[in-house]
Amino acid sequence: MQGLKRASAAIVGVAESDLGQVAEGMSVIDLMAQGSKRALDDCGLGLRDVDGLFCATAQSRLSVLAFAEYLGIDPPVLGSTIVGGSSFEYHVAQAMAAIEQGLCNVAVIAYGSTQRTVGRKQASQREINPYETPFRPFLPASAYALAAARHMHAFGTTREQLAAVAVAARDWALLNPAAWEKKPLTIEGVLSARLVSYPFTVRDCCLVTDGGGAIVVTSAERARACKKPPAYVLGCGQSVTHASISSMPDLTVTGAAASGQAAYKMARLSPADVDVLELYDAFTINTILFLEDLGFCKKGEGGAFVSDGRIAPKGSLPVNTNGGGLSYCHPGMYGLFLLIEAVRQLRGECGARQVRDCEVAIAHGNGGVLSSQATVILGAPATL
Amino acid sequence: MLGIVHAREDLMPAAETSPLKTYLAYLERGQLAYQWSASAGRAVFYPRLLCPATGSDELEWRVSKGLGTVYSTTVVYPQEGSPYNVALVDCDEGFRLMSRVEGITPEQVRIGMRVQFRAHRPGGEEPPMPVFFPLEA
Repeated sequence: MQGLKRASAAIVGVAESDLGQVAEGMSVIDLMAQGSKRALDDCGLGLRDVDGLFCATAQSRLSVLAFAEYLGIDPPVLGSTIVGGSSFEYHVAQAMAAIEQGLCNVAVIAYGSTQRTVGRKQASQREINPYETPFRPFLPASAYALAAARHMHAFGTTREQLAAVAVAARDWALLNPAAWEKKPLTIEGVLSARLVSYPFTVRDCCLVTDGGGAIVVTSAERARACKKPPAYVLGCGQSVTHASISSMPDLTVTGAAASGQAAYKMARLSPADVDVLELYDAFTINTILFLEDLGFCKKGEGGAFVSDGRIAPKGSLPVNTNGGGLSYCHPGMYGLFLLIEAVRQLRGECGARQVRDCEVAIAHGNGGVLSSQATVILGAPATL
Repeated sequence: MLGIVHAREDLMPAAETSPLKTYLAYLERGQLAYQWSASAGRAVFYPRLLCPATGSDELEWRVSKGLGTVYSTTVVYPQEGSPYNVALVDCDEGFRLMSRVEGITPEQVRIGMRVQFRAHRPGGEEPPMPVFFPLEA
């Protein structure tokens, strides 16, 4: 992003809170706090070091107030920009700006959701759009299904190619002990599952789990004194093209084209430099759209690109190495988990799913119904 | 206090109706209305107070001929009840809206299909809504 300096800040601590189905009565702020403690332990900092606090959740109206109260801190910098699942990628850029300006030095960015425990209807308040709601789209799935149908029409993308995204995610999830899904999945298994909104079956759709976590962002200088190698923020970019799907200008082109371009420019990198991609896969079409829009293949070629295991373990381009929102966890707003996995890959902490020689990672967040796109490029110390 | 009274005389007049109420009033008469932004030279939908292309507040109401093309389509399979269609329709005047195509099964709706508007009245307290039927050749 214009105005931000490449590698002026770094992510130094990452952690998930409890995931999957959490203990009864656990609040979203409990999960944020649990994730924050773990993330601060991860980098060797403490709550008293925190002078910037960011969070977003659909389940707390004034979440950052509740979060600050819970932690018993009064940080000078607060942020709770909420643009759906991409909120946390925005928070990284905002924390970085605040750190560059000297407004804060150690920022915690946290998330929590209990949508599985309390039910999706309880977790996110239904909003009436008088121009869409009367037609009963099953949101968000139907909005992404409309994009997928258009992509199939325009470029000949097939249901099998969409299913390949889900299968690759599952194959990665089987290498991740923290993943929700534990059983193998086949193309046929995706296609024959229960239909949700054409062309999607339930296996084209993200999981509905609880979960949360936190990351710690600090200045590059302070990062070098932390416990683990910093993941430097090399590039950030964001773009909002619409809010509701009927206002999306072209259903086959997302704001990732603009957010990616801005992030690459700031990072002085190109797609060829990227070792691992964490892309917000709320639905199978997402991965295809973002691979195209972030420049890993041409527009329209994403379906063919993901076939034959290219993005699966042992494929040539590692994508969604934790198993993604499709098979690892998806507690409503998944964006924070992209950053957590990207950092772990750069540190070499990923065990069986570790990408070799991993120095540059993309965490690409998506929010709303392909509405908000935010790209963060992270680099290991060797990229400085 | 006098200053406050004076300021009140300078207040902008409040809008007499909302974009949504105006739109629904057209629908009640069986018409699909949209707005035309002269400053942008383009149609605007959903109806609003400002043109999203130019920021102008001069938006003129127009009535669509009601002809359009299906831009995208999905079939929703509810856990209970019958599958139904949800579509995005590009009207010939250059605006897009969410709707559904009736008169054929939801699976028969195709992208590129030419369709014609009709005002559907769900009855009860529900406002009318714009639906489409395949255009007969």
